[in-house]
Amino acid sequence: MFYRENGQFKTSYEADQALFPIKQDRVFIVLLLMVAFVGIPIFADEYIFRAILIPFLILSLAALGLNLLVGYCGQISLGTGGFMMVGAYAAYNLAVRLPDLNMLVVFVLAGLITTVVGMVFGIPSLRIKGLYLAVATLAAQFFLDWLFSRVKWFTNDSSSGSVSAPVLQVFGFRWESPLEKYLFVLSVVVLFALIARNLVRSHIGRSWMATRDMDVAAEIIGIRPVYAKLSAFAVSSFFVGIAGALWGFVHLGSWEPLAFDVNRSFSLLFMVIIGGLGSILGSFLGAAFVVILPLLLNQIPLWLGLPMSTATAAHFEAMIFGALIIFFLIVEPHGLARLWAVAKEKLRLWPFPH
Amino acid sequence: MGENAVAHNSSNSAGLDTDTKSTRSQIGEVILALENISLAFGGVQALSDISFDVREHEIRAIIGPNGAGKSSMLNVINGVYHPQQGTIFFKGEKRHQMNPHKVASQGVARTFQNIALFKGMSVLDNLMTGRNLMMKTGILQQALYWGATQREELAHRAKIEEIIDFLEIQAIRKTPVGRLPYGLQKRVELGRALAAEPTMLLLDEPMAGMNVEEKQDMCRFVLDVNEEYGTTIVLIEHDMGVVMDISDRVVVLDYGKKIGDGEPDEVRNNQAVIDAYLGVQH
Amino acid sequence: MGPFIEVVLGGLMAGVLYSLVALGFVLIYKASGVFNFAQGAMVLLAALAFARFSEVMPMPVAFVLSALMMVGVAFLIERLVLRHLVNQEGIILFLATFGITYFLEGLGPQLFGDNIYRIDLGMPKEPKLILEKMFDGGLLINLEDFIAAGIAAALVTFLAIFFQKTATGRALRAVADDHQAAQSVGIPLNRIWVIVWSVSGFVALVAGMIWGSKLGVQFSLVLIALKAIPVVILGGFTSVPGAIVGGLIIGVGEKIAEVYLGPIIGGGIENWFAYVLALAFLLIRPEGLFGERHIDRV
Repeated sequence: MFYRENGQFKTSYEADQALFPIKQDRVFIVLLLMVAFVGIPIFADEYIFRAILIPFLILSLAALGLNLLVGYCGQISLGTGGFMMVGAYAAYNLAVRLPDLNMLVVFVLAGLITTVVGMVFGIPSLRIKGLYLAVATLAAQFFLDWLFSRVKWFTNDSSSGSVSAPVLQVFGFRWESPLEKYLFVLSVVVLFALIARNLVRSHIGRSWMATRDMDVAAEIIGIRPVYAKLSAFAVSSFFVGIAGALWGFVHLGSWEPLAFDVNRSFSLLFMVIIGGLGSILGSFLGAAFVVILPLLLNQIPLWLGLPMSTATAAHFEAMIFGALIIFFLIVEPHGLARLWAVAKEKLRLWPFPH
Repeated sequence: MGENAVAHNSSNSAGLDTDTKSTRSQIGEVILALENISLAFGGVQALSDISFDVREHEIRAIIGPNGAGKSSMLNVINGVYHPQQGTIFFKGEKRHQMNPHKVASQGVARTFQNIALFKGMSVLDNLMTGRNLMMKTGILQQALYWGATQREELAHRAKIEEIIDFLEIQAIRKTPVGRLPYGLQKRVELGRALAAEPTMLLLDEPMAGMNVEEKQDMCRFVLDVNEEYGTTIVLIEHDMGVVMDISDRVVVLDYGKKIGDGEPDEVRNNQAVIDAYLGVQH
Repeated sequence: MGPFIEVVLGGLMAGVLYSLVALGFVLIYKASGVFNFAQGAMVLLAALAFARFSEVMPMPVAFVLSALMMVGVAFLIERLVLRHLVNQEGIILFLATFGITYFLEGLGPQLFGDNIYRIDLGMPKEPKLILEKMFDGGLLINLEDFIAAGIAAALVTFLAIFFQKTATGRALRAVADDHQAAQSVGIPLNRIWVIVWSVSGFVALVAGMIWGSKLGVQFSLVLIALKAIPVVILGGFTSVPGAIVGGLIIGVGEKIAEVYLGPIIGGGIENWFAYVLALAFLLIRPEGLFGERHIDRV
């Protein structure tokens, strides 16, 4: 009843290809943005910013980058943590060694450096596919782990192996409080989500999806697999690199290579799978799931009044997480985004059954 | 694309119009020539010493029993398979093997025996990928979308819509192709090939699995494309009625060797072809 | 020369143990077409069970009990996970094994405890000097590794024969090829899967006992599985001899790199060297040493 498209006829291709062709969707997005930029800052407290919203946003950005590679282009990657690490350390080194450089420039350059690294590690995808490619990206992860631990130059010769990022400062304004950090990250993420959407509906996005679906046929049409795959690695790495820089500068403040290890890679892959491969919305939903779930699980013993040692809680968290992954893969292998789409379909008919 | 098809009087047993064959005077020079092509996979010899040519604007059929190497022949032309021996002469250049990207940019488009549509995308998007070679905006422009890329997308969308009208698939343009019935998928695949505005169209059993009406529609599309745009057509097909009626010349393959080459009537009466493939009329 | 041979021998013996874990991977992949990422977690679970059981009962009994437990785990995995994912794409099954990994990584320590446990198989711990006449000063080898390598080799041979010669082995190979086709000729998919995962669990148990006896049973055993992945890559996913040869190559390569390359570019290479080796190999021969070539039909 509320979600009907009745009467919304498009009279031009331009209107048909708009970002949100259905009016209800446009209203929803505007409301969402208002809540995000205005509503939440008014009502949320520091804890929610620090522990939930900021990590959620930054990981959504990383998941979005990964989804472009895995979901849209069909190239699996288990090295995303490593690429975030490249972005973080690149930004750190730029900020520390060239302190007069504008922070935004630092982030963009960090992203570009990650792009180059990503393309280099993406070269195997031209020869190998599937699980073999997954292993190649795993090799990248372990190699990068080792590189940033061993090579002292990257950590500015810090004795402990950990680094601290300088304060976030753009155009003279210091983004220090959780609220300010939240707004900064939110703006970046909204911008990148828009960029992702634009790329996906342009010819480069179609070349990715064609390569994913049937690469031989795509090649015969004239889509160069080299260009499609490497561009996917490039764009994906740019997103992930900036997410890494944000993770280090805005969320962690100080870090060591362990913060970006293989567990992070797997975690991001899960976000993409659970959220929905090949869906921008899915990247956000998946990130929300993975960020909020452990927090919820930690709270449950308290609510139930059961005392539980941290070790036991950790064990149960792992078991429940594993069980949920399996559950999702059985029930809806296409992820939360598909569930959302199905819900929307039902909503179009509501209150009628069919 | 004109919606008024020219009315015809004569028809044969398949109910197909016989007067719409392209007239001999329109057929041009040799545009594609294959000389002594041999192709083997491991121990299997797919093609042995095949030579034939295709003239501009003609409809050339390749026929033969299953496993004769017909699809492999098309794959050689497309550059998917590289023959061990032989040369390929196309648009003035002589080569030992083709490069898929170059072939596509020189105006060759293709449909496949087992439908190679991009299952994750809608009909519209599949057709748009057919035009990928013509889309030139850079990555930063696409990231921005508004401006050059949007104009490009809309221009190509307008062209695609002409093809959608021609193939009468307006109702399904937003449907994911994986959900379409077989006959419509074949039509969409033809649309994707047409979207590239090719000078030569390679069709691999475009009418397989279709009923009489669907076949008539397909034939009509193929003939219209050949007539209106002068597109050269190389066609693999098993339906003899179709082949004999619409093609200008036929090449016959059997076990990777060429056993017949000429106009439909010549080939129909060739003893070797009758023995291998056509059989005797009772 | 002597030290070099020692390094090679050490690498070979480590390699055999890698092969053992890799074998578990290959078995499951051969028979159900799924890459079982949970193999490492299975090794840990089996080792934990054996370690704790043998604290309160004689070792042979502990062994049997642990083996039975792994059969039970296989049964549960088939019933709760695999059965519902028949005919899904490979990547979905692969990710499901991630879920199983997390689950077992939580279950094992929860049931059996978090500490490091010792396994005493009664194997000799002191190194022994051999071939003193051939090499100056003799070669120092680890007898424990030697025996372990022998056990692993025996197990591998047995399994190779099983796959090639028996009807069950044939059925397993059919299932690996195509679930639906195998079902349609009457192969009981579910029972096959329980068999395969049980065998793989048994292999995990043996691997867990050996590694646990060397390193102690602790969480890092899980990481050994990660090491076995390059072995499987090198050898080809579907090949039992490939797992053996791959393991030996990786074992030796890693040891040599650690001893001779390590001091030059900084220690700790063994974390990634195996992967880079496998990767370099893949670029030359994408299907691995003994894997099957995949030809795309258009």
